[in-house]
Amino acid sequence: MFEIIGERINGLFYDIRDAIANKDPKPIRDWAVKQAEAGAFWLDINTGPVAKKSEQAEIMAWLVKTAQEAVDLPCCIDTTNWDAIEEGLKVHKGKALINSTTAEQAKMDALFPMAANYNAAIVGLAMNEKGVPKSAEDRTALAMELVANADAYGISPVDLYIDPLVLPVNVAQEHGPECLEALRQVKLLSNPAPKTTVGLSNISQKAPNRPLINKTFLAMAMVCGLDSAVMDACDEDLVDTAATATIILNQSIYCDSYLKIFRQK
Amino acid sequence: MAVTIAKERWTSKVAEEAYGSQGIKVGGETTLPFLQFEGEIPNRPVTALEVFDTEPKDYPDFLREPFADVISDPVAWARKVVELGADMVALRLMSAHPDWNNASAQDVAKTAKAVAEAINVPLIVIGCGVEDKDGEILPVVAEALEGQKALIGCVTANNYKSITAAANGYGHYVIASSPLDINLCKQLNILINEMGLPLDRIAFDPLVGALGYGIEYAYSIMERARMGALTGDKTLATPIVAFIGQEAWKAKEAKDADAPEWGPQGDRAILWEVTTATTFAIAGANIFIMRHPESIKKFNAFVDEAMKSNAY
Repeated sequence: MFEIIGERINGLFYDIRDAIANKDPKPIRDWAVKQAEAGAFWLDINTGPVAKKSEQAEIMAWLVKTAQEAVDLPCCIDTTNWDAIEEGLKVHKGKALINSTTAEQAKMDALFPMAANYNAAIVGLAMNEKGVPKSAEDRTALAMELVANADAYGISPVDLYIDPLVLPVNVAQEHGPECLEALRQVKLLSNPAPKTTVGLSNISQKAPNRPLINKTFLAMAMVCGLDSAVMDACDEDLVDTAATATIILNQSIYCDSYLKIFRQK
Repeated sequence: MAVTIAKERWTSKVAEEAYGSQGIKVGGETTLPFLQFEGEIPNRPVTALEVFDTEPKDYPDFLREPFADVISDPVAWARKVVELGADMVALRLMSAHPDWNNASAQDVAKTAKAVAEAINVPLIVIGCGVEDKDGEILPVVAEALEGQKALIGCVTANNYKSITAAANGYGHYVIASSPLDINLCKQLNILINEMGLPLDRIAFDPLVGALGYGIEYAYSIMERARMGALTGDKTLATPIVAFIGQEAWKAKEAKDADAPEWGPQGDRAILWEVTTATTFAIAGANIFIMRHPESIKKFNAFVDEAMKSNAY
């Protein structure tokens, strides 16, 4: 079952930024409902770049609560601020997804115990203090560090979402095949295999034809073992592409209504 | 060295349904059939014996024998199959068939009601098999059986609307039937569900074949549907109905009385029906509609063993 992580509740978007500034729950609720109806499995929640660090934790808690009042979906708590992650987890109903740790030891040692403590899933980025590796092998090696450390903290691979890191195709073209190959290798790291995820729209940053690039990459990545993506759940073509890929990969049983069924949880 | 036993980690389950005022439970499993070491099998497969609302035309003598005194009286026949140990009664409304008696909806509904009131087990009502006619008679039957929580079928892609609406309104379950095709099977469940009948009020019939007559096709469909259900496909996570008797008794190995080289008809006919049933029990079927009382006895002996927990 492919998991769409709806990207829209993010302070990068002006309507969400204003909603945060005015404590107006309506846009948050509306986007929660819209994305749920469009087929989102998780709601990504990101306070955005303008929120002051000292206020991020409080804002995160408010966003999570507001979104979950509107719909019965779990949240992907998307911030680099550890206090904000924990405040989000405290108010979250059900199993949350922490977004994210890297393979840096200090981060893993802080965030894996937190995930275990709140019974949350967690995204692990295949990068460390040296940045994003170029080759598939190096990405996979970092993924292995993430799997091993998660295991040491009692987190099952099925709760670990490895992100091999997608770079924009217009500036880092050589990363494309490496990222796809890393997806294939990550799925072989353990049994059960770790889950995988990407920030989909990175692939098309500042390029024309963004929707086309996004959906082409999504289909290619799904063939390589992509289980989920932070993406625009309201892009109908993109969701149709994911639905069709699950059918062609024989991950769900075909029926004439498959596009509709894919969006139902 | 310790051996690590591989266990599948399923994430979902088959819907549990409860038929009749008695609430006989079916389904609810969280793993493939009888793998108690992997998950829960809360309810055993159930059997039904068929009762015709008018004297059947194609029953071989050997099959008529146990019902000889009741074969033209559906109420008495129904009481008898309950005595003989069937968990449910499957009333087949053949009299409505245009080539049989072409009985009216009101007539068959009256019989269905009389049978329901005469027994203390849940009722399955099966139409005459002509889609249009079943679309006419089954809604009337559903109304007459209000409150009985009966299982009504077969609903097909061509007649599901009227029957589903009535089953929903009068509190029944439907049997959704599709021709040996998992994609059509899934689509029909979806169409029925979209009319407002919850998925846990549907059981599906993938159309089975008897031993030697395409049994492997239906086996594969059931197995695929079960794996789909256990990995989260709710549209296929409904109990499965298998029309065992109807198929097994079509086989010449079962109905041919005069074939000494195959041994006594009694032995092989029962074996044919039981082997067909046990095969589909292993594939994932939940409700077994059979014809001979001896077959359900033998089948239940198998189920008794299969239901003993192998958890460790």
